[in-house]
Amino acid sequence: MVEPTDNTAAGATAPHSASAEPRGQASASPMLEMTGITKRFPGVVANENVDLVVQPGEVHTLLGENGAGKSTLVKILYGLYRPDEGEIKIGGAPVEIPSPAAAIEHGIGMIHQHFMLVPTLTVAENVALGLQGRRGLADMGPVRDRLMEVSERHGLAIDPDAYIWQLAVGERQRAEILKALYREARLLVLDEPTAVLTPPEVDDLFATLRSLTDEGRGLIFISHKLAEVMDISNQITVLRDGEVVGRTTPAETTREGLASMMVGREVRLGREVPDQDVGDQRLVVDRLRVRGDRGNISLDDFSVQVASGEIVGIAGVSGNGQRELAEAIFGLRPIESGTVQVRGETIAAPSPKQVRRRGVAFVPEERMRHGAVGEMSVSENLMLVDYDKPPFARGGLLQFGIIAERCWELVRRFTVKTPALSTETSHLSGGNIQKVVIAREFSADADVLVVAQPTRGIDIGAAEYVHERLLEKRAAGAAVLLITEDLDEAMQLSDRVVVIFEGQAMCDLPRAEATTDRVGLLMTGVSEEVPTPA
Amino acid sequence: MSDFFTVSVLVATLASGIRLATPFLLSALGETIGQRAGVLNLGVEGVMLIGAYAAYITALRTGSVVAGVMAAMAAGAAMGVVYAFITVVMHATQGISGIGIFLFGLGFTDLLFRQQVGTPVPIDGLRGLDMGGLSDLPVVGELFFQHSALTYVAFALVPVVWFAMNRTTFGLNVRAVGETPEAADTLGVRVNVVRTQAIIIGNVMAGLAGGTLALDVGIFQQNLTSGQGFIAVALVYFGAWRSSGVMAGALLFGVVSSTVLQLKTLGIIVGANSTIAAMAPAILTIVVLVLVSRRIGAPSALTVPFERDN
Ligand SMILES: Nc1ncnc2c1ncn2[C@@H]1O[C@H](COP(=O)(O)OP(=O)(O)O)[C@@H](O)[C@H]1O
Ligand SMILES: [Mg+2]
Repeated sequence: MVEPTDNTAAGATAPHSASAEPRGQASASPMLEMTGITKRFPGVVANENVDLVVQPGEVHTLLGENGAGKSTLVKILYGLYRPDEGEIKIGGAPVEIPSPAAAIEHGIGMIHQHFMLVPTLTVAENVALGLQGRRGLADMGPVRDRLMEVSERHGLAIDPDAYIWQLAVGERQRAEILKALYREARLLVLDEPTAVLTPPEVDDLFATLRSLTDEGRGLIFISHKLAEVMDISNQITVLRDGEVVGRTTPAETTREGLASMMVGREVRLGREVPDQDVGDQRLVVDRLRVRGDRGNISLDDFSVQVASGEIVGIAGVSGNGQRELAEAIFGLRPIESGTVQVRGETIAAPSPKQVRRRGVAFVPEERMRHGAVGEMSVSENLMLVDYDKPPFARGGLLQFGIIAERCWELVRRFTVKTPALSTETSHLSGGNIQKVVIAREFSADADVLVVAQPTRGIDIGAAEYVHERLLEKRAAGAAVLLITEDLDEAMQLSDRVVVIFEGQAMCDLPRAEATTDRVGLLMTGVSEEVPTPA
Repeated sequence: MSDFFTVSVLVATLASGIRLATPFLLSALGETIGQRAGVLNLGVEGVMLIGAYAAYITALRTGSVVAGVMAAMAAGAAMGVVYAFITVVMHATQGISGIGIFLFGLGFTDLLFRQQVGTPVPIDGLRGLDMGGLSDLPVVGELFFQHSALTYVAFALVPVVWFAMNRTTFGLNVRAVGETPEAADTLGVRVNVVRTQAIIIGNVMAGLAGGTLALDVGIFQQNLTSGQGFIAVALVYFGAWRSSGVMAGALLFGVVSSTVLQLKTLGIIVGANSTIAAMAPAILTIVVLVLVSRRIGAPSALTVPFERDN
């Protein structure tokens, strides 16, 4: 069935030269020109008079903090939003893009920030979706063949018959990219594609992106990770509060320069962590053995100790048992063998409530699934742990006055950007949702913190903020277990680094010995003969 | 009790179970299609009543069973358009809208029946097909080869629906919009068009199910369907959104209903007991729903309206 939606030859490896353009426009025209784009939402101007020009063969980066308007701009390009003002030209010709179908027809492909894949369909079915089948039949044979061909041509390995739900995040992203390439996208938009990837996956992605620009395709790349942006971009457009605040190239700027442009003030990257003495052991995980969702052993004989006043980083590519570790400590996952001790006391059959009562707080990895309830208001999320304790509840009645006071205080103290306490939490940006979770967890009396991927997918401003709060907790004598796949974060903040690989601890290195190279290598499973402290 | 366990009685019970399963099967298959597209229709019962009345009045006036069947499907289609407008265009909450459709169907058919017919007049209903030698076979003939055409249609629809869902672009679209409408939208699938189509098809089948019921018993009366449409919705969950599972459920309910009837006919259960026995399908529904209350396999976007927020 299923033909590509435009008239370009399917198998051609040649880049789309200007002469192959259906419109036959002058080759001097840029691939894309967006001029004077303005988009208002109730109460916010998401894009104000934004100009963007993309040439074939270049990676054009849109850089900006969360909420700067990056996604809005590309959603306009993809026909998901209608602009209030402004003009779009493709290959020099003005176009209207009222729907994604129209965008696809214009050769635009989009890899969305939140993957647009149907989990219950196979990769091939996801690719075939929306294409016309011959006589209405979804004959997957030809789709698979062409998909495999596209996948081989671009080095994007995928199993066409796997269901999306079976795939790891990196594979899902490949499926997304293949969906666009299958449709012969000449201009590819990638909205924060690296937010969900591990460092090696980012490398693979960048190799793919480079091969795509080599073919003459244009790329719009969205990110707020500066090192990546410096690495992959040809052009950089910086957005802040919906407006373009700068245009530059990696050659003309530095990471600090970019950071200052996007945040709108001087930013110092990297941080000094003062030395400090540690106290008694607060959290001791001893030879823990835990099963994963599919019944496999995902933590095997795993031990780690965290003392008062230290941050212990668990570094590793995600999927190596980190989530299971956090869940086991917090009583969300049955323990097969081994123990978890808090302040020297073994918790027999932990439940979240019991663990919390012993002063442990938890910032879970998936803030929208386990950290916050998206449909509930900001204040409800802030009170999720303490709502039933005095003074917030008396005689089973919620004390709304006191709760509101407390919530405003937290919102101010943790600089949560929200229009109101009653705002539905899912309407906030990722960084602000994380601040809500952190405000709730860090404000409690807890002095043992289990913090998983605290800055994943949030902007520098918010990440910086989270780091400060973590160090503040450390200075106040809390024991912090920091589970992170962000190597820089682990190295910067941790007093000791434990690398986790396939459910086992590969090492336990003090800060001085934990070099990036060493830890990076251990993360790939290459073990050293370094005895871990018993 | 031993009267029941004779070959002839058992065969008759099973055969009538298959017959009684027909409206369950038609309406539940239709509901399955709608739900796969992400639309819950609790109003199946109401649509069945309207289909039943349409079939009855048409067959009564024209004397043609075929015209009655057509009328039932047309009435179903009309209700489908109404329900699609309410839920897809107006984004009304699906649970409540479905109840509204049910109440409308219940009241409207009763009103029409009183105005247009008054005292029940029986019609020439569905007849079993005579397939010659096949129908005359012992046991097997009675079980499988003496049913009305609509029963065969209903069971033939089981593989047809499976094929449509799994092997056509329409089915792919339906599954996608029921699961992740945003994703389908970004690929140019017109989500609300697909949902409207699925709703109309589902309602046509519900109308046909009602028509089958009226033409089978040859009469119409208030609340003729007596909850079958609600059981059909439950069967979709029971069948885990798969046509074969739905068929198994429909057969289960058909056979339970026929068994209760048979036991009453034989005088094995009498008096107050028979009232209790008549509740068997309802009790079975509850038991089944408790057992399969896991929503594994449910379309993720079930009951969630879709709109691109411009
Ligand atoms: N559908 C929408 N309705 C209302 N406001 C929106 C919508 N989409 C985005 N916004 C707002 O527009 C602004 C820009 O958002 P977005 O483009 O998603 O930023 P970015 O992708 O740079 O993080 C934010 O303030 C956001 O809250
Ligand atoms: Mg965004």
